[in-house]
Amino acid sequence: MATNFIGKPKNRVDGRDKVTGTAKYTAEFHRPGLLHGVVVSGTIAKGRIKNIDTTAALRLEGVVEVFTHINTPKQAWLDLSYKDMDAPPGEPFRPLHNDKIQFNMQPVALVVAETLELAQYAATLVKVEYEVEEHRTKLADHLEDAIDGDGFRAGFVPPKSQGNFKKAFSNSEVQLDVEYFHGAEHHNPMEMHAATVFYEEDGSLTIYDKTQGVKNSQHYISMVFGLSKKKVRVLSPFVGGAFGSALRPQYQLFLATLAALELKRSVKVELTRPQMFSFGHRPITIQNLKLGASPDGKLKAISHKAFSETSRFEKYVENVVNWAAKLYDCDNIEQVYKLVRLDMYTPLDMRAPGGATGVYALESAMDELSYKLKMDPMELRLKNYSEEDKSEGKPFSTKTLRECFQKGAAKFGWEKRNPQPRSMKKGHDLIGWGMATGVWDAMQVPARAKAEFSADGTLTVGSATADIGTGTYTIMTQIAAETLGLPLEKVKANLGDSDLPFAFIEGGSSTAASVGSAVQKVCEKIAKKLLKEAGKIKDSPFKGANPEEVIFADEMITDKINPSISMSFAEIMESRELEKINKKYMLLPNMLKQNKYSRNTHSAVFAEVKVDEDLGTIKVNRIVSAIDGGRILNLKTAHSQILGGVVWGISMAVHEDSFMDHTFGRFINHDLSKYHISVNADMPEIDVVFVEEPDMVVSSVGAKGIGEIGMVGVAAAIGNAVFHATGKRVRSLPITQEKAMT
Amino acid sequence: MIEKPHRPNQAAEAAFSIQKHKIILTINEVEQEIKVDAWTTVLDLLREHLHLTGTKKGCDHGQCGACTVLMDGTRINSCLTLAVMHDGAEITTVEGLAKGEQLHPVQEAFIEQDAFQCGYCTPGQICSAIGLINEGKAKTPEDIRDLMSGNICRCGAYNNILKVVQEALERERS
Repeated sequence: MATNFIGKPKNRVDGRDKVTGTAKYTAEFHRPGLLHGVVVSGTIAKGRIKNIDTTAALRLEGVVEVFTHINTPKQAWLDLSYKDMDAPPGEPFRPLHNDKIQFNMQPVALVVAETLELAQYAATLVKVEYEVEEHRTKLADHLEDAIDGDGFRAGFVPPKSQGNFKKAFSNSEVQLDVEYFHGAEHHNPMEMHAATVFYEEDGSLTIYDKTQGVKNSQHYISMVFGLSKKKVRVLSPFVGGAFGSALRPQYQLFLATLAALELKRSVKVELTRPQMFSFGHRPITIQNLKLGASPDGKLKAISHKAFSETSRFEKYVENVVNWAAKLYDCDNIEQVYKLVRLDMYTPLDMRAPGGATGVYALESAMDELSYKLKMDPMELRLKNYSEEDKSEGKPFSTKTLRECFQKGAAKFGWEKRNPQPRSMKKGHDLIGWGMATGVWDAMQVPARAKAEFSADGTLTVGSATADIGTGTYTIMTQIAAETLGLPLEKVKANLGDSDLPFAFIEGGSSTAASVGSAVQKVCEKIAKKLLKEAGKIKDSPFKGANPEEVIFADEMITDKINPSISMSFAEIMESRELEKINKKYMLLPNMLKQNKYSRNTHSAVFAEVKVDEDLGTIKVNRIVSAIDGGRILNLKTAHSQILGGVVWGISMAVHEDSFMDHTFGRFINHDLSKYHISVNADMPEIDVVFVEEPDMVVSSVGAKGIGEIGMVGVAAAIGNAVFHATGKRVRSLPITQEKAMT
Repeated sequence: MIEKPHRPNQAAEAAFSIQKHKIILTINEVEQEIKVDAWTTVLDLLREHLHLTGTKKGCDHGQCGACTVLMDGTRINSCLTLAVMHDGAEITTVEGLAKGEQLHPVQEAFIEQDAFQCGYCTPGQICSAIGLINEGKAKTPEDIRDLMSGNICRCGAYNNILKVVQEALERERS
C-alpha cells in the first residue's frame, strides 16, 4: 500500500521549516509596539528584600515600568491557583509575591522597556538591599533532617519493600554495600525560556510560551490572574528543546503576563542563560546499595536507599529506588527514599527523572557484584532476569530485554571481552568495556484529538500536545495518513495551541502512546463515516459494509475480499455533496486492561571507553544501545531520540555538573562554558538496535514511548567500562579526569 | 505603580543617549542602510530589529554557536560582535541559503540525515557547516567533529551532523 507509513524512516514533516529558519520559536513572534522585559535575579539564597531601588532605571527614557513585589498587584490568594499539572505537593513559588527570598537567583524585578538593549541596561541599575538569613544548600550536611519521600504526584510510586531484606542479606554468601553520588544537572535546552504575550484590543491575551503543555500554561495563567480561559490562548508551535524544563509554567510566563495586563501592552520576556539555572534541576542523590547473592549469582536481597533534595516550599518526588524490583527476580527488596529540605528552588523533572539516577547506582552496584562473583556482568543480569514485575506481582505487557542483551552483545562483540580489569590496553590508552540495563515506564495518559477531512482530499488533525524535537508532528502525520489511507502531503498535523483539544503535558515518554492513539482513533472515525456515506450512494457496493470488511488506503475504500471493488474518497465526498467531515475523539486509557500488567521499556547498553593511563582523560569510544520500546513509529526520528538519550547519558557520565558554591547557595558555573555539555568532539560511534514488539496493552498503535529509555543505563555502562579499563571504581558522577586517574 | 522621578540620573542618561549610527549591510544579498545603536549586537540586530529570527540566541556569550552566521563567507558568533563595527559587510543567515524553493545541499542533507530534533541549534549548525567547508581545513571525521564543536546540540544529533558535513566535503572534492 502506498499509504503505509507507520514505522518507516520518514523525514520530519517540519524539517524544511527548521532548516530554513522559518520555524518560529517563542521569542520570535513580533508585533509593532512589543515591549521587552528583562528579569533581575536575586543574589542571596535566603532572607528578605530590605529595599529595592528602581529610580535609576525608571529615569531612563524608554523604560516603561519596573515591577517588583512592592508594585505588583496581589494575584490569586490560594496557593492552589498556582498549581500546575506537574506540580509536586507543596506551595508553588509565586514570583514577586512578597519580600521573601526563598532561593538564589529568585526573580526580584522585571524591567520593561521599549528595546531589549535598554531593558538589559536598565536592569543593571536596579539596586537591591537584602536582609540575609543563614541558608542551607548542601545535601550531605543535613541527612539527619531527612523526611520521607512520599506524597501524591502524577507518575510517582511511593517506594515499598517486599520480603525480609535484613534476614536475606545476612544469609547471603556474597555481599556488597556501596554508596553512590551524582551531582546536580540542569536541562539547558538550546532555546532559553521565553514568553511573548500579545495584549489584544478586547483585553484577551495571545501568549507564546516555551512550554511542553499549552493547556498547562493556559490553566495556570487563567487561575493565577483570574481570567476566563476564553481570554487566554497559549501557543507553542515549536519548542527549542525542553527535556522536562518546560513541563511547569516558569516565571517568564508569569512576569510577561503580569506586565502585559498591567501595562495593557504586548510584552516579551526572555531569560538569560544564567537564569536557565534558576528554576529547577535534576536533584543530587546520595544512594546506598546493598546486594546479597548466593555464590552462583542468584540475588537474595537488594536494598536501595536514596537521599535527595527538595525545596522548602515543595516536596519534589521522583522514582529513584523503585527499579530493582522491576529488573530483578529477587524476593527480598528494601526501598527507602528520603528528602532533605534545602534553600533552593524545587528540583524539576529532567529526562528520565529518578530513573537516570536510580538505575545508575543500581546498575553500577550490579557490576561491582559481578566482579565479586567472578561472573560476567551480562550473565549476572540474565541469571536474575525478571519474567514478571515482583513489586506489583504482575506480568509485563511486553518485554524484549533478553533479545536486547543478545542483539546488543552481538553487535558490540561482548564475547571478546577479557573480564580482567586493565587487561585491554592499546598504546597509551587503557580500554574498558562495560554494560548496564535500563528501564523506564511505558505510560498512556488521556488525550483528545480532532480531525477534519475535506472534499479536496486533505486531512487536518490536531491535539494540544507539543513537539519538543521528539517528532510528534511527524508521527501524528504518519499515523493519520496511514489510518485513513492518504499520502503524507495531504495530511497536516497541528499542535501547541490551547484552542486544540486537550492533551496532557508532553512528558514521561507518554505522547506517542497517548496522542498517537487518539489520532489513530479519530481517523478511524472519519474512515467509518466515509464508509457509511459510501454505502448511501445509489447502487453502492459498500451498502451496510463494516469497517473490518474494507481497507482504507491510497485515498479509497477497497473491499478486502474483492479488491476490484473500490470507491475513491473524492467520489464519495462528491456524490454525497460533502464539504467536510469533522470528528473528535477522547482517548481514556483502558485501566482495567492496563492494570493487569506492568508496563515498561527496557534497554541493554554496552560501552567502550579509552582512559589515558597517566592523565585519566576519558573518551567514550563506542556505545551500543539495544532498545525494547514497543512498536517504532518512525525509524528515523526514533533512532534520533535514542541517539539523543545516549548523548545525554554520556554527558551525565563524564561532563555535566551544576556546581553549587554553598557559601552563596548558588550554582556558580551557570553558563555554557563552565557547565559542560557533550559536544561533537566528545561523540563516540553510537549503534542503536530496536528489538520491536508492538505493545497493544500500552497503546493501540503499539508504541511504548522512547523519549527517555535511551538515556537510562548509559552512565552506569560508562562507569562500569571505566572500572574495567582502570581497575578503579569511581562512585560519583561526573567521572572527571582526576577521579579516574590511577 | 511607582511614580517616575523627575531628576535625571546623569550617568544613566549619558549612557542611553548614544546616537544611532548609520551603516550599510548586505544581508542575504539585499543591501540595506540601517540605523543602529552602538550597543546592538549583530544577533540582536537580526532578531529584534530586522525580525530575521532564523538566527538563534542560545547563550548571548559565544558559548553555544546557535547564533552562527556567515559574514563575508566566514562563520562568526553574531552575539559576540556589535553591528556598528561591520559597516559594508555581507551577512548570510539561514534565511538566505536556499535559492527560491531550492534548498542549499547542506539544508537538504540536514533533513535527510535527521541531523536535528528540536531545530533550535540547526541554523547555527548549518551556517557553521558551510563555514567549515569554506575554510577547507577539515580532512578527517575527527577534524570535522573538532571544528563543529563550537555548536552545541542539546538534542544530541551530533553523529548525524557529522554525516552531513562528511557528505558535503566529499561532494566538494568530487
